[in-house]
Amino acid sequence: MKIKKSIPLIDQHDKNFMYGGKFGGNFIPETLKKPIDDLTKLFEKLRKDKKFLKERDYYFKSYIGVPTPFIKLENLTSHLGGAQIYAKVVSEANGGAHKIYNATVHCLIAKKAGKKFIVGDTGAGYAGKMLSMAAKKFGLKCKIFMGAKDIKRQRPNVQAMKKNGAIIVPVTTGSQTLVDAVSECMRYWVSNCDTTHMCVGSTVGPNIFIKICAWSTAQISRELFKQVKEEFGEIPKKMKLLNCVGGGSSAMGFWNEFMDTDAEFIGIEAGGPKSSKLHAAPLTNGSKIGILHGAAQYVIQDKEGQIGSTDSISAGLDYPGISPLHCFLKDTHRARYTSVYDEDALKAYQLVSKLENISPSLEPSHAFYEAIRLAPKLKSSEIIIVNSCGDSLKDKDIIKQKLGSYIR
Amino acid sequence: MKSKIAIAFKNCKKEKRTALITYTVAGDNTKSNSLKILNAISKHADILELGFPHNTPIADGGQIQGSSHRALRNGIKLNDIFNIVKKFKVYNPNKPLIMMGYFNLIYQSGENKFLKNCKASGVDGLIVVDLPYPENKNFAKKCKKKSIDFIQLLSPTTSNDRMKKIIKDSHNMIYYISMLSTTGGKLKVSPKKILQNYNKIKRINRKKNIVIGFGITNKTIASLKKADGLVVGSQLCKTITNSLKKRLNTAKVLDKMVYNLRKKII
Repeated sequence: MKIKKSIPLIDQHDKNFMYGGKFGGNFIPETLKKPIDDLTKLFEKLRKDKKFLKERDYYFKSYIGVPTPFIKLENLTSHLGGAQIYAKVVSEANGGAHKIYNATVHCLIAKKAGKKFIVGDTGAGYAGKMLSMAAKKFGLKCKIFMGAKDIKRQRPNVQAMKKNGAIIVPVTTGSQTLVDAVSECMRYWVSNCDTTHMCVGSTVGPNIFIKICAWSTAQISRELFKQVKEEFGEIPKKMKLLNCVGGGSSAMGFWNEFMDTDAEFIGIEAGGPKSSKLHAAPLTNGSKIGILHGAAQYVIQDKEGQIGSTDSISAGLDYPGISPLHCFLKDTHRARYTSVYDEDALKAYQLVSKLENISPSLEPSHAFYEAIRLAPKLKSSEIIIVNSCGDSLKDKDIIKQKLGSYIR
Repeated sequence: MKSKIAIAFKNCKKEKRTALITYTVAGDNTKSNSLKILNAISKHADILELGFPHNTPIADGGQIQGSSHRALRNGIKLNDIFNIVKKFKVYNPNKPLIMMGYFNLIYQSGENKFLKNCKASGVDGLIVVDLPYPENKNFAKKCKKKSIDFIQLLSPTTSNDRMKKIIKDSHNMIYYISMLSTTGGKLKVSPKKILQNYNKIKRINRKKNIVIGFGITNKTIASLKKADGLVVGSQLCKTITNSLKKRLNTAKVLDKMVYNLRKKII
């Protein structure tokens, strides 16, 4: 299994849409074959269409507000000693997280497909919030599927969705988190695929959704590539790009343009509470390949193939599977993956918020903890860049409850 | 040896009636109860579908999810399911039984081992909801080698070209999904329209046995009885849910219900 140079990673699949012959594919009910074929054809056309690209770039600039800042975390760097720590502050994008790229592109595609309704899943509520925002902007009616447990723990984003006029459908089956929200959303699409466009909130699901999502978030590394060159005059030889991974959409976007460089990729999964055996880290903990939401991937499951329970303080990472693209990156050794416990993510949130002008949400706080762990062991000539892909504001309730107070 | 599924359709055609196909979930609500249900309804049904439950189903509605959830909560495993089939076949050796479920369970068990277990327990056919054509070609071939019918699915979104290819590679039975819906949805397309689509499929190959499923209940079944076969699933699962609530004997209730369904189509 090998990654090919100068071909976008999303296009390195075989005729069955599998990466490395093992990951991804389209394990879908017959009813979805045609809508997915149609969407695949439409997307292939649009991504080559200069007019569409211009439109995308226009909205990315005027609506999302790209480029997002690339800043040095001077205080954190001197506090830790060792590697130079930088952050790509993607949380400065409109709406406060990377999910806006995928949401915007999906709405543009839905318009081209002549669809008036759009549905999506959400865990942390960001994907849902952004989709509801973009839907409002582009005049689409929007429905968001969200686990009942997540509705409780991500209140600010739920309020935002309501404000944007989206209908929130609480999902009360199974664990009542992201995994069930995605299932319920796919079931809804099976019943309404003739009138409705579906947006999968991360680089998971049937192949075309992985492609659209990674293609959209790639904006992050397109601008970061330039910013890094401006800052250092070149792409540094010893540079680590740290990103949290749940479904893996922000990491894919953060790494994409650096695929053929020497940059080291480190993905940080959710290790769950220290005292619990449950986690959301299928790559770190050696989960076996299975089928989840239409794609083959490493997934937390039992021997028989029933999808396993997960636990994480961060709703956005609380997912038993992982993008087939990350499985591919892991098996080709292009990226390495590790996990961080809930408690340590909280510590990282606290330290970064105290020392710096940014306040990462619990998802990127997992990646910041890894940076804090690594930096002191590295030379000052080495660079660490963390994707700060979400803002802590949405986690205010959880943080207050766990730490007693909230700072930002 | 001729496929028991093919024989069942042949017998129904002789009697000039549609085949009645039921779907229940293995282990709902217990292993022994689901076997009792199979034994009871097999008196009136021509073919039995037995679901092997998965906890992340992407094409099932609330009723079948409920049944699957009950079965899994009671600890049902694949081996138990094969045992249920084996026990059922001791008393009903000629009644065709089709196992239906999601691919991950087959994938984890290994395709070959899964098929070996199917064969050993007497499974006659397989429906895999999330393994569409052409991805299922290889597995379907393996099924055929073991004389197990792999049942292809067609839906209102299936294009003509695709239909022809799927039908060409199909075995003794094809399942037509009546409408865009998960299982158990309300019939939102007129029976006339469904039969029009059904006839379109029949015209491609008259010899194939086409059954219609999704949205079929005691209220809608009579209107579709021109089809080769009709599948009732969610309504049975719903009836199990209700009879458990009322603490009734589920096998008896289902026995009566399937008897009544059959009366509506002869």
